[in-house]
Amino acid sequence: MSAALDTQGHIASAARTDAPPAIVLDKVNKWFGALHVLRDVDLQVALGERVVVCGPSGSGKSTMIRCINRLETHQEGKILVDGIELSDDLRSLDAIRREVGMVFQSFNLFPHLTILENCTLAPIWVRKMPKKDAEELAMEYLTRVRIPEQAKKYPGQLSGGQQQRVAIARALCMKPKIMLFDEPTSALDPEMIKEVLDTMVMLAGTGMTMIVVTHEMGFARQVADRVVFMDRGEVVEVGTPEQVFNDPKTDRLKMFLSQILRGH
Amino acid sequence: MSDITASTPTLHGGSPARSAPITAVGPIAWVRANLFSGWLSTAVTLVLGYLIVRAVMGFVDWAFVNAIWSVPVNGNGVAQTQACRELHGTGACWAVVTEKHRFMLFGTYPFEQHWRPALVCLLFVALYIVSSMRSFWNWRLIPIWAGTLTAIGILMWGGVLGLPYVPQERWGGLPITLILATFGLAFAFPLSILVALGRRSNLPAIKALCVLYVELIRGVPLISLLFMASVMFPLFLPEGMNIDKLLRAQIAIILFAGAYLAEVVRAGLQSLPKGQYEAADAMGLSYWQKTGLIILPQALRTVIPPLVNTFIGFFKDTSLVLIIGIFDLLTAGKTAIVEPSWQGFGVEVYVFVGLIYLVFCFAMSKYSQGLEAELNRHRRR
Amino acid sequence: MSDATVDPRFRRKPPKRPLRLSWADERVRGIVWQLVVVGIVGSIIYWLWSNTVHNLEVRRIATGFGFLGREAGLPIAEHLIPYDPTDTYLRALTVGVLNTLKVAVVGIVLATILGTAIGIARLSKNFLVAKIAAFYVEVIRDLPLLLQLLFWYTIMQGLPGPRQALKPLDGVFLSNRGFRLPALVWEGAHTAAVLACLAGIVATWLYARSARAKQMADGQPRRVWPAAIALIIGLPLLVWQAMGAPWAIDWPALRGFNFQGGMSMSPEYAALLIGLVTYTAGFIAEVVRAGILSVSQGQWEAAQALGLRHGPVLRLIVLPQALRVIIPPMTSNYLNLTKNSSLAVAIGYQDIVSIANTTLNQTGQAIEGIAIIMLVYLTISLSISLFMNWYNAKIALVER
Repeated sequence: MSAALDTQGHIASAARTDAPPAIVLDKVNKWFGALHVLRDVDLQVALGERVVVCGPSGSGKSTMIRCINRLETHQEGKILVDGIELSDDLRSLDAIRREVGMVFQSFNLFPHLTILENCTLAPIWVRKMPKKDAEELAMEYLTRVRIPEQAKKYPGQLSGGQQQRVAIARALCMKPKIMLFDEPTSALDPEMIKEVLDTMVMLAGTGMTMIVVTHEMGFARQVADRVVFMDRGEVVEVGTPEQVFNDPKTDRLKMFLSQILRGH
Repeated sequence: MSDITASTPTLHGGSPARSAPITAVGPIAWVRANLFSGWLSTAVTLVLGYLIVRAVMGFVDWAFVNAIWSVPVNGNGVAQTQACRELHGTGACWAVVTEKHRFMLFGTYPFEQHWRPALVCLLFVALYIVSSMRSFWNWRLIPIWAGTLTAIGILMWGGVLGLPYVPQERWGGLPITLILATFGLAFAFPLSILVALGRRSNLPAIKALCVLYVELIRGVPLISLLFMASVMFPLFLPEGMNIDKLLRAQIAIILFAGAYLAEVVRAGLQSLPKGQYEAADAMGLSYWQKTGLIILPQALRTVIPPLVNTFIGFFKDTSLVLIIGIFDLLTAGKTAIVEPSWQGFGVEVYVFVGLIYLVFCFAMSKYSQGLEAELNRHRRR
Repeated sequence: MSDATVDPRFRRKPPKRPLRLSWADERVRGIVWQLVVVGIVGSIIYWLWSNTVHNLEVRRIATGFGFLGREAGLPIAEHLIPYDPTDTYLRALTVGVLNTLKVAVVGIVLATILGTAIGIARLSKNFLVAKIAAFYVEVIRDLPLLLQLLFWYTIMQGLPGPRQALKPLDGVFLSNRGFRLPALVWEGAHTAAVLACLAGIVATWLYARSARAKQMADGQPRRVWPAAIALIIGLPLLVWQAMGAPWAIDWPALRGFNFQGGMSMSPEYAALLIGLVTYTAGFIAEVVRAGILSVSQGQWEAAQALGLRHGPVLRLIVLPQALRVIIPPMTSNYLNLTKNSSLAVAIGYQDIVSIANTTLNQTGQAIEGIAIIMLVYLTISLSISLFMNWYNAKIALVER
């Protein structure tokens, strides 16, 4: 909330270039069967940096961030999260999933648990936190996303926007160092998009490392330190929001931007 | 969308709503629409109506008006059934039920101890009712089932708490049917969950084992498994070790039920959206945490109606133990009419036994239908 | 996607990862888990197997299928192929398999007809029809099949003797010796007519296909049904006529204490068939009803809004969709009927289970006897489900 805004209303970067990078993707390749969906993807995200990933559908952007917490396994190249390399080693997997929170397009709240139980589940079972502490923590985050009064309800009783804010709170309850957002507003009705984006802007203000797959250009301009444009499994352009949106270098990006602008 | 709905008339300023004409609502309209909507429908209604009246009257005559409810018994304890035989099928001889109902319900259990199997039956019914209540659908059901089934075992066997010991060979009738079905479910259910999880596992050997088990059992009739239990089991065990016939049949029923339930549970697992698995993974839950906390609680809830239907199936299928000579409700009924003086009154006995099955199965099937409708309403919201 | 295939790198194959020997490796865990489970299951099976081998030795029970060639010496009342008690066990078991198939095939056909009728009746607008059908379905499904079979068998035994047999129709006799029906004296002309009918069906199918292809080409719908009637009914009649139109009926008649002539149905077979058909029809009715209901009202409305009439809507829109819902559960009902026919042993109809059971009692070779039963049913189950899977895949493909 108290984030320092620079002249264009952009939240000041909290990226710490002095610290080792939070995420490193080094020549990452992935196939679905014979289909080559990620091609030599290189990307470094600094601690506290906010990266927005955009690109046409099927460009591999969701696959890329799903590789970061290993919901998908990459087959070539290296991924380092918080200095730990992703491998078949289950210990490294456990460590990484504790540090990385994820918000899905379709919320994926657990419908048989209350909002509070959704939020306390992982702290209790993964972080081995006492139930009382976990509930306090959950209420703290639910207050931050401004829905503490819904704690005893079930997900089915909430609107889409509220559900997505719960999903953000649920991820935050694990006190992650990195947050991944996979098209968090795509499944929402237009009037609910703003409340979710506001929550994400608020989160950005706290200095959280974030990777966000989204088409919300306004959000990207306001929050992103860097924008990554992907197409056909490749990172095509990387730059500040101004560079990418105002001065596209490649035809692919130009075409994408014209389609996006026409669409809005 | 909004353009279409805008054409509906607004309330204010419009003419007051008239009630529909009597030809559109009310009992007359209902009868017309549902019974006499055309010449064909009218003809069908009249013919069927006539047939139903004839059938009901015939049944009432047979079952009540001309029926004989009791017959004298001579000094040797042999029933005098001449009166029944003189009816020549025009009336029911309910005397066979009056005379033999204790035998059909409890078999050869010691007569003065019949309160024990009777209590056992009540305990089973109570267990079913408790299990049907949604407020009990959680881990509490496990101790409730364990406790009730233990109490049932104590009551049937006795030998403790001042109850005389009754060997298993003397059990019979309805408790056997309930025991086979309920214990079958209690043990087959956990087995089926493991098999269903195994069948969805990505470990090829485990998956293959589960598929083989399910498909093999589902491909053969229950009778062949019961035969196996009755004639092959003794060969399987080391010399000198033996288990009684009821337990062997029970094992066969558990193996049988496990395969069918596994398919029901698997359907529930498949019905969960992939996102639920992914969200649990993203949180860092382990396989067993994910399965126990996220997947099973949801999957099992959605399959309760088909689960109840499968249970109704087992409840009926336990009657097959008749073929290997175990004394369940149906066997007891069939045995009751072996006595020469009662021979030929099978219809009455089967109607009586059938009514007992009908009461149990009808209650369960109505429950499952109601539940399904409720769950569907829930899902649509 | 198409330009992705142009990219040469598309052909690059994903590399294999090396396996590290560590408990933290997921694949190592997977292998260990599998070894543990297979090991446990394997050792249980080995334990049972070695016990069995030991027991067989101790009890001096012969093993192997050598007994199949020995004289069976067991009488079988009903047989589709010539059989005598002096025949071998193999022949006796074959008779049993054929008896199982005889009741299963006839049962499946009749249960489908009855079940479909009841399922449609449940959706009738006539309240009385719908309620009677619903009552039937509810009651028949809530009673054990074995109870129903015993009930029907009791009724059969309660019928009067041949001399006082019931005659509901001319030439039809119902007695405690079973049913007697008039039968056609089968001649070559009848076989030819049946073959002609089959040929007619194939020809109709080909004609309908080409008619449709022509309609697709020039837009003109063509009537298929006149040709269909001519090919399926007319052609066999013509063949039959050409071969002299034999029409001899063998009427059953009472001679002495039993009937002679006509077609007979033993009380056991009749009870089993009635029981299986009425029971399975209750389940099939629900399948048919659910299938019809599964096609939403919206589909009817959309098709009618396109200007299609009732017949084409049913044929082109509703049935293909309903069939896709109906066929899988229908398959399992057919399988159930076949497996349930094994209850024949309880009322003394000599199906494969009954004969194999007698065999294993006579020879003492329990394992072989039960293995034969299981093998027969697995084969039948597998063939039915393979056929239905093929059919299901076909209609799913054709309609897509």
